[in-house]
Amino acid sequence: MTVDTRETDVLVIGGGLAGERCAVEAASRGRRVLVVSLVPPRRSHSCGAQGGMQAALGQVAKGYGDSPDIHFADTVRGADWGCDQDIVRRFVDLAPVAVRQMAAWGVPWNRVVPGRRTLPSGESVEERPEFAGLIAARDFGGTAKWRACHTADGTGHALLYALDGQVLRLGLEVLDRTEAVALIHDGGRCHGAVVRDLRTGALTACTARATVIATGGYGRLYGASTNAMINDGTGMVIALDTGVVALGNMEAVQFHPTALAPQNILITEGCRGDGGHLLDRSLHRFMPDYEPARAELASRDVVARRMTQHLRAGHGVEAPGGAHLWLDVRHLGRAHLETALREVTGICRTIAGLDPVTALIPVWPAQHYSMGGVRTDPDGRVPGLAGLYAAGEAACWDLHGFNRLGGNSLAETLVMGGITGSAVAADLEAPAAPPPAELAASCVGVQEDRIRRFASGTEGSECVHDLRRAMEGILLEHAGVFRTGAGLREAVDALADLAGRAARLGPRGGRTSAAGGADPETSAALRLPGQLRLAATIAAGALAREESRGSHFREDFPRRDDARWLVRTLATWEPGAQGPSLSYEPVRVTELPPGDRGYGEGSAGGVKRG
Amino acid sequence: MNLFTALHRIRDEQDPSIAFDFSCRSAVCGSCGMLVNGKPRLACRTLTRDLPALIQLMPMPVFRLIRDLSVDTGVWFRGMNGRIESWLHEARPFDPTAPEERMDQATAEKVYDADRCIECGLCVAGCATAAMRPGFLGAAGLNRIGRFVLDPRDTRSAADFSVLSTGEGVFGCLGLLGCHDYCPKDLPLRERFAYLRRSLAWNLLGLGGRKR
Repeated sequence: MTVDTRETDVLVIGGGLAGERCAVEAASRGRRVLVVSLVPPRRSHSCGAQGGMQAALGQVAKGYGDSPDIHFADTVRGADWGCDQDIVRRFVDLAPVAVRQMAAWGVPWNRVVPGRRTLPSGESVEERPEFAGLIAARDFGGTAKWRACHTADGTGHALLYALDGQVLRLGLEVLDRTEAVALIHDGGRCHGAVVRDLRTGALTACTARATVIATGGYGRLYGASTNAMINDGTGMVIALDTGVVALGNMEAVQFHPTALAPQNILITEGCRGDGGHLLDRSLHRFMPDYEPARAELASRDVVARRMTQHLRAGHGVEAPGGAHLWLDVRHLGRAHLETALREVTGICRTIAGLDPVTALIPVWPAQHYSMGGVRTDPDGRVPGLAGLYAAGEAACWDLHGFNRLGGNSLAETLVMGGITGSAVAADLEAPAAPPPAELAASCVGVQEDRIRRFASGTEGSECVHDLRRAMEGILLEHAGVFRTGAGLREAVDALADLAGRAARLGPRGGRTSAAGGADPETSAALRLPGQLRLAATIAAGALAREESRGSHFREDFPRRDDARWLVRTLATWEPGAQGPSLSYEPVRVTELPPGDRGYGEGSAGGVKRG
Repeated sequence: MNLFTALHRIRDEQDPSIAFDFSCRSAVCGSCGMLVNGKPRLACRTLTRDLPALIQLMPMPVFRLIRDLSVDTGVWFRGMNGRIESWLHEARPFDPTAPEERMDQATAEKVYDADRCIECGLCVAGCATAAMRPGFLGAAGLNRIGRFVLDPRDTRSAADFSVLSTGEGVFGCLGLLGCHDYCPKDLPLRERFAYLRRSLAWNLLGLGGRKR
């Protein structure tokens, strides 16, 4: 059999910030790099990041005295001690360099304006003249200092365009509208990936000595997510499908407190960082009742939980799409909303049809980020499969533990992308044998066969759309902000049932594909079985973890249990198995022993509303 | 309901093969440009209630058609960005141990105001010159040049962009300014073109405005 084949040194799967940063690093160290991306790189979900990138520069009044040490402690507390502290240390030391590197590549960071000013809280601060014109920062949740460097509230866009400029400058080849559908591997080494051109449906074997998964998160597995439509989780799926690579902490799923209701579009944490409040149906500012120390700026897991608790208690605003709460930014003023928060203001005006200068913004929590992902070593290598790497949200490095701080994801993409790119370049110094000749062809053959069987309609007549909707509902209901053993058991069973039905997918109405292999239904059908496996690892991990830590909150086990659960979940999936195999590894605690987060239900400073 | 939701319902309930592009749902990714009753619009921020009962959707012109409503904007923009070398041409190499170069906030805001273009292609789809002249940079390309000229960290002045003074640059514009009207980010494109023409004139006449 002859198959279309491409050969390169480094195959980067994903053209967002993590993938492109890795590609730039490897290419600038002399490696031939090929990037494949579901969409043109500038349309990657990184462009949706709004509020900021955490780095301890300490150049604004409310950030004076900041240091990587304080960033470290904030990150570990935010993670509820579920992260690897040696990774956090490495990250916080490099984040300031990453911010300045992006400045040198053209990001128009907001800058310090010297002089005295009054904050929306009434506090008066003096920005010192010696910092005039250096990179400024805003407040974000769960941080002791103002540390979120930003370009208004279009930070991800500005970073992505600047970085993609470097990809252009280096002349790197990018195949857009291309999806990696399987890894090419022999059980011990990864040799690239089978990729599918979403214009034509054609399959190509991209062989590479190093393959990097940088595909972001899987938000679209959930029925309510701030994620873009392309965040289907397929990068994690192709890793899981090898059977020899582990996904870490898949039960650690972040819900963002302020998704626009009912559209589930992100409204940046910067709104609260800049002084915005959360109000209930009585226009009462309720967060200080629950979280006296940090109010709206506790960590995201805590704020999302308190909001859900408040909604459950009947304090939400009834609306056709479901009860929501309000985000109030009116007191920040038109000038601020039309500059520092101009993108969010635009979203409210054009998509929600309301003006935040005068109106309240309807919000509720929605799935936002995956702390879990492909487990890597400190340099981005994936244990279990030589030549495979992962970076960014698709990876579990593990910087974020059970709750990521806002602004740490943009910083992670760039820091970890750079580290991984340099590890890839270094590893390629060692000679390696080319992949076995028939391996790539047989991997392509497996995928061709899947496509042919679906298109023929002989497998069955289950509708991919219906099954997918069912999966989204199951995760949202049972693996959401609050979880119970009974609910998760139900989710595991229901997902197994869907997996059985997903073996019998067929084109709707028995039609044969009109557009060849490139039609959207075929693409969705190819993705769904793997997505169901991913969903099952989330539910199974959450069912097994009988404690509450960060974003994983079990109502039947409401306390953090460091004696039993200061460990990372590792999920693997034997090919053909009915469910994941779970194992655990210790979490590295090097500097800050487990203690009080300073906010949240477990904190001595937190009080329960009567 | 916006067109994003409507099209997904059509795909989910009626025709699973229909091709269109969507990603972010919030007018930041620039994927979902199409002609809505003849006008270039982003489907995610177009509400059906603002449209007549009969809504006619067509793929954007100028860009290579893939299928149905899907066009290859990514390839067009990659070509344009390559031509104008759409990356910061810095004066000195990055020093990881040094603090960043200073910039005043007003300048940072000006640069971001031009950097905000999401490369959706509505300006190109609504441009008579772009339809007639394949090499025309379009408002998005001209705006991108403006972004680098405005940035004091970039060594290039308007006159350093050789394409700018040709018919494929700012002098190809017929002044119909559909781009200005259709831009979903409300970029001040008309003012940007005036700025580029002025900068170019000063540069070429030796009256100043050259960065080096």
